[in-house]
Amino acid sequence: MKSDVAIKVEGLSKQYRLGVVGTGTISHDLNRWWAQLRGKEDPYLKIGETNDRSQKGTSDYVWSLKDIDFEVKQGEVLGVIGKNGAGKSTLLKILSKVTGPTTGRIMAKGRIGALLEVGTGFHPELTGRENVFLNGAILGMTKMEIKSKLDEIIDFSGCERYIDTPAKRYSSGMTVRLAFAVAAFLEPEILIVDEVLAVGDAEFQKKAIGKMQDVSKGEGRTVLFVSHNMGAVESLCTKCLVLKNGQNSFLGDVPEGVKHYLSNKESKKDLVSRYVEKISLTSLNGVAQDAFFMGEGFNIEILVHGLDVFQGIHVGVFIMDTLNQKVTSFSTAMSKGSSSKHFERELITFSFPNQNLIPSSYVIDISISYKSGGRIEYVADALSFDIIASDIYGTGSYLNTHFGKFFLNGLAKVIEVPQEV
Amino acid sequence: MTEDSGWDIIIEPKSKIFDLKIRELIRYKDLLFLFVRRDLVAQYKQTILGPLWYFIQPVLTTLTYTLIFGNIAGLSTDGLPKMLFYMAGVTCWRYFADSLIKTSDTFTKNAQIFGKVYFPRAIVPMSVTITNLVTFGIQLLLFFGFYGYYKTFQNFQGGIQLEVVFFPVLVIIMMFLGLGVGLMLSALTTKYRDLKFLVTFGVQLLMYSTPVIYPLSSIPEKYKIFILANPMTGIIETFRFMFLGTGELNYGYLGYSALFSFSLFVVGLIVFNRTEKNFMDTV
Repeated sequence: MKSDVAIKVEGLSKQYRLGVVGTGTISHDLNRWWAQLRGKEDPYLKIGETNDRSQKGTSDYVWSLKDIDFEVKQGEVLGVIGKNGAGKSTLLKILSKVTGPTTGRIMAKGRIGALLEVGTGFHPELTGRENVFLNGAILGMTKMEIKSKLDEIIDFSGCERYIDTPAKRYSSGMTVRLAFAVAAFLEPEILIVDEVLAVGDAEFQKKAIGKMQDVSKGEGRTVLFVSHNMGAVESLCTKCLVLKNGQNSFLGDVPEGVKHYLSNKESKKDLVSRYVEKISLTSLNGVAQDAFFMGEGFNIEILVHGLDVFQGIHVGVFIMDTLNQKVTSFSTAMSKGSSSKHFERELITFSFPNQNLIPSSYVIDISISYKSGGRIEYVADALSFDIIASDIYGTGSYLNTHFGKFFLNGLAKVIEVPQEV
Repeated sequence: MTEDSGWDIIIEPKSKIFDLKIRELIRYKDLLFLFVRRDLVAQYKQTILGPLWYFIQPVLTTLTYTLIFGNIAGLSTDGLPKMLFYMAGVTCWRYFADSLIKTSDTFTKNAQIFGKVYFPRAIVPMSVTITNLVTFGIQLLLFFGFYGYYKTFQNFQGGIQLEVVFFPVLVIIMMFLGLGVGLMLSALTTKYRDLKFLVTFGVQLLMYSTPVIYPLSSIPEKYKIFILANPMTGIIETFRFMFLGTGELNYGYLGYSALFSFSLFVVGLIVFNRTEKNFMDTV
């Protein structure tokens, strides 16, 4: 019945001590020991607060993880997402046995291999080949195992030419390639991966993602994947866990989880504008949100005031990509009869029943200008939102910014053309 | 608990006290030797004198001791040539002291790598002890060089005894002793950094309660028990007996050293294994 569960986490919590560790260490230890002696609970376990980085706490102890429960079935790829400090790394560290939990337990089937950071234990004085052996052994392989896979590892890394050169002569990219290659051939039953894909060039990232897909789909192994790259999470994972302040905030489908995560990001800084009071994004039926699936329609609502003193003006929005390049724009000038009616306070709503933006993060800039062309105000960075990749084509291909700025709804057809005589 | 069946790995806050994790250590034996290799290669790459440093250190120490303790202070050397007497003591003591000092900061020194990947942490101090064995071997060769010189040119009468066949056992006892103390100290220094200063200092003091610069025979009967409480005493005395033919081969003393070393190693490993779990939070 539970035979297909590869890893099970029950009530996992981890407490950390803040501030300078060292002062009062002995007194706390003595207190703990005294409590233990009387058969009481550890007095420091009762205190502690949720881990909200931005809020000043009163206690020296915080819960970096609190009561995490989940299980992953064999062959599943669990994506773990959450903002910095949400407890992702702590969870991975406990899973990979780098540090122990404070309470709760983890049960797993098979070996757990962790790729928390590639190149662990690489020694600059050793050659590439020697480092492959050392790194492999650190990750838990035996010499025999490494020897049997050595050619494949070297081939996968694409560092054949430098394999007998000391690692200190390697470029950082080459070190990563070689290190990832070792890890890729580790073949544990459960693989834990953290942000490795953030390094290396595009070609190698593709190779790395492909290898991870092989690992989970082809070989039926379980993968836990932690990343900030929503595109990678969506294309690789079959299940997703969203952590927030060390607590389980969402567990379930990947697209839903990504949306949940993106909608709960830290609120943006205050709007600095003379005329714009407020800008907000809503779904077509009026629910405020700042993450949308591909193709999902949305409204932009802008509340302005004090514009009645101007004659003949237009209000528009620019949608900017992460590189601050204009992707597209829209304004009252493009919609018939929507120019300002000269009220003191006005709500302008731009409605887009469908959109073709490629999955990525976007920023909205607001522009207020005269019909004749002169600019009254430009509000950069007024609001940000995300477009989430979804399998709109039903073919399992998830788009990201490598594919362009927009997606098309098209159809592809292939027919045979006989050789013309 | 039937519920636990079928799980290969269970991670819990506290592990069993007497879990020495020997099986795990055996599984990682390849890593042990790769670490040894790495340390040997890395140690002397790009130094000009390279392994010559192995010789310079004991020679200078021996010369200093000969001058100060032998000639100026005029301490007894059991009738042995002063150079040989001190070198025997220094070689053994250095191995023990080096193993102890270099393993005592295992956690702090390897925090980087320990923070990223799990393998049985005890592999690291073990590899250090084995790496030091190579240094010890080279210094032993130096000792034989001096031995040969005194034998041929200085008409040195003493010599290697038959019991020398048990020399490997002596080395093993010494290994366990250095490792045991090192394991225990490394667990403690993670939490209480002050101990680190005490270690280098303490090792130096400890040397004076070991027959390195004096023979056991020169100790008055009423103080002997204090010197004998030091497990290194039996080892160094036996070493001198095996190779130079003086000193005392007392199986009681040696047995005490062996028992002491082995128990210390086991206790050290237990303390070490308990620390390895959560040291990342305190380091």
